[in-house]
Amino acid sequence: MELNSAIPAGPIQQKWDKHRFDMKLVNPANKRKYKVLMVGTGLAGGSAAATMGELGYNVEVFTHNDSARRAHSIAAQGGINAAKNYQNDGDSIFRLFYDTVKGGDFRSREANVYRLAQISLEIIDQAVAQGVPFAREYGGLLANRSFGGAQVSRTFYARGQTGQQLLLGCYQALERQVAAGKVNVHNRKEMLDVVLIDGVARGIITRDLVTGKIERHIGDAVVLATGGYSNVFFLSTNAMNCNVTATWRAHKRGATFANPCFTQIHPTCIPQSGEYQSKLTLMSESLRNDGRIWVPKKAGDDRRAADIAEDERDYYLERFYPSFGNLAPRDISSRRAKEMVDAGHGIGEMKNGVFLDFKHAIERDGESVISEKYGNLFEMYEKITGENPYKVPMRIYPAPHYTMGGLWVDYNLMSNVPGLFVIGEANYSDHGANRLGASALMQGLADGYFILPLTIGDYLARTPQDTLGTDHAAFNDVEREVNDRNNKLLAVNGNKTVDDFHIELGQLMWDNVGMARNATGLRETLQKIPEIRERFWKEVRVPGSGDSFNQSLEKAGRVADFLEFAELMAYDALDRDESCGAHFREEHITEDGEAKRDDENYAYSAAWEFNGVGETPTLHKEHLEFEYVPLSQRSYK
Amino acid sequence: MDLKLHVWRQDGPNSVGRFEDYDAPGISEHMSFLDMLDLVNDRIVRDGGEPIAFDHDCREGICGTCGLVINGVPHGHRSMTTACQLHMREFRDGQDIYIEPWRAAAFPIIRDLVVDRTAFDRIIQAGGYISIRTGAAPDANATPIEKDDADVAFDAAACIGCGACVAACPNASGMLFTAAKVTHLGLLPQGQPERDLRVLKMVQTHDDEGFGTCTNHGACQNACPKGISVDYIARLNRDMVGATLRDKPEGAVA
Repeated sequence: MELNSAIPAGPIQQKWDKHRFDMKLVNPANKRKYKVLMVGTGLAGGSAAATMGELGYNVEVFTHNDSARRAHSIAAQGGINAAKNYQNDGDSIFRLFYDTVKGGDFRSREANVYRLAQISLEIIDQAVAQGVPFAREYGGLLANRSFGGAQVSRTFYARGQTGQQLLLGCYQALERQVAAGKVNVHNRKEMLDVVLIDGVARGIITRDLVTGKIERHIGDAVVLATGGYSNVFFLSTNAMNCNVTATWRAHKRGATFANPCFTQIHPTCIPQSGEYQSKLTLMSESLRNDGRIWVPKKAGDDRRAADIAEDERDYYLERFYPSFGNLAPRDISSRRAKEMVDAGHGIGEMKNGVFLDFKHAIERDGESVISEKYGNLFEMYEKITGENPYKVPMRIYPAPHYTMGGLWVDYNLMSNVPGLFVIGEANYSDHGANRLGASALMQGLADGYFILPLTIGDYLARTPQDTLGTDHAAFNDVEREVNDRNNKLLAVNGNKTVDDFHIELGQLMWDNVGMARNATGLRETLQKIPEIRERFWKEVRVPGSGDSFNQSLEKAGRVADFLEFAELMAYDALDRDESCGAHFREEHITEDGEAKRDDENYAYSAAWEFNGVGETPTLHKEHLEFEYVPLSQRSYK
Repeated sequence: MDLKLHVWRQDGPNSVGRFEDYDAPGISEHMSFLDMLDLVNDRIVRDGGEPIAFDHDCREGICGTCGLVINGVPHGHRSMTTACQLHMREFRDGQDIYIEPWRAAAFPIIRDLVVDRTAFDRIIQAGGYISIRTGAAPDANATPIEKDDADVAFDAAACIGCGACVAACPNASGMLFTAAKVTHLGLLPQGQPERDLRVLKMVQTHDDEGFGTCTNHGACQNACPKGISVDYIARLNRDMVGATLRDKPEGAVA
């Protein structure tokens, strides 16, 4: 298999412009003859569907949610980056590009990241014109903040609900196209497989989650905008219904999966409160601007925070990183918290957190200033934990949050399967081994509003499409497989619940393919996953029937996919015998205890080809060149 | 703590529903309300039964998917809190808890506690947007917006579309939802060109979908987990009068 990244020639600043000019256009009168199948309605899928409808294409949109507005993009809190330089603090497209490549620890494609930084400007214009209520200054202009350790203020935000407001803007644009008759939204329909005809993606199979009906859909191209796979860990900050099913099943049909081991663990989440818990809640990273992170110096110290004197506290981030202190990047902060807890310094009833303390900030600035900045977050924390963070320090711990890996795509956001495009978190493209704060919203919207609608047009204009119907034999085969799988799940009738297996898998992945990994643990994981999978198919109980509303069946299908996908994550983590960004191999650390990259051997994106469940996948490498951002070691000391 | 649940079970839109009783012993006060339901469902499945269907997703109070009437109150009695953010420390040992779906003609029941809220999507389709072609936008700072207006627009835009306002309203009116969007877009300079048409079409669709009329009870505001104010309904009414008095746009009213 040959992976062609299709990066246009020429200087990086001109690649996207030149590429847009070189594209073949679809005549406006011909656009209405094409139909695109869009799976997912988050920032990427929603914005792409709205824009393509507006351009004149027919778009069929699918979401497992009850409305396009529910997609998990809605939960993003912090903000969205754009190189507007409205603050006159020296920001530029090149600086945003540079920061993103470096922040991704040199495992992303320069050309894609540069284009992302270019487009960031237009995204803000677009969102404001739609009525997205970004924060403003008293002069009426847009406000910005510095976020996630960036040294310029380039983050646009809407209180702690930036994702919500951007998604609603995009949802409204989408519904406008629904009213115009260009877009048709299928709520509560889950994609269960993709249909290839002569090697080209032409259709999907869905299950109507209300009636259970298995349906066929045909189009001229298929777009997956189905988000990330953090729920492989069972406990994560992702919404309960987020899953890997769409991308995994596309992978099984031939799409390569790139860098699956690149998963981001967010440092500031509320620790698990008991075994019954199925979802973790993120607290915005902005809290680290004023909160100080500490643990008791003495391991096993279970006194209340107030009873632990200053000289008995270890402000470990300030100790390790005097210049960045509590603002050290996500991967580093997360890892250090884990080290502390593993060494017995964990706090709280379950000894599973570290303190994030606002005592000094409140003494310095007063409660009202702190409340103005973080009031809504403090309130949310209080609702969940029953503790008042104005009086006692917050308890926090890292949790899986975002996945940089995803289906491999070329510069046009097309996978190696012709006609199958992948956008947003579902692809692997722009964040390398570590995503910077406020960059996920940017990438989703860049892909959806500005890149895909053009590149897919180029594909359609160049690719003659046969007029086919859903009666084509390929649909019969795939539909049969989908039905067989559902029936098989329902027929096991064992004595364990779907969650029993999800929890077991999640714990294994968290322990061995989580924040720190080593070869021994990864090999052990590769042995254990097939065992769990085998038991799943013998012992799981999925109540109800396939031809009705059945949430147990939905979940079972998703967990069955996670049980296959998890193995690929472990293969990738084992193969990448270096540390980089969020991928921390304990065998490869610098003297200071940081990630040690091996550029000589691993400056590539790992794109894996499926060879069958339980079979060793085949690795294809896309080598990465760094022409504009010189390779260097990250340092936050 | 030990609780006694009375849960609405209904097989489908046309089936007859009924309350079923479940004992829920050993509930931790740290659990969220939905964690508690997960646990009850887990026990039901192990006993060979079919779990209680309920909608949920983000469990952070922002996606608007969850919606349960808990002891007669949409999202439960804690104010400004969605069902997923409600925690069991708000309840006491031995308490009876009645759990029901949103009840409104415009929100047909799909199964148990799950309802169909697509009527809200259709209200947005009628005009809950600003028409701007992708790529056609002027520079974001070209139009300054007074901070106070931007802040109120944000307050209105915070609606999560959960439908608690409809469930709380004795008329099952969706006016708070509609008014929040009319206010959000109507306060911004970008929203002015379509302002009249928007309010007329959205209200028309609201009525056509079978939502009741607003008679100013204010129950919606109390139930709203995001604190959307009934003041916006007054604003909507003012826009409505203005739009009606001005030239009636073509096709706005059937």
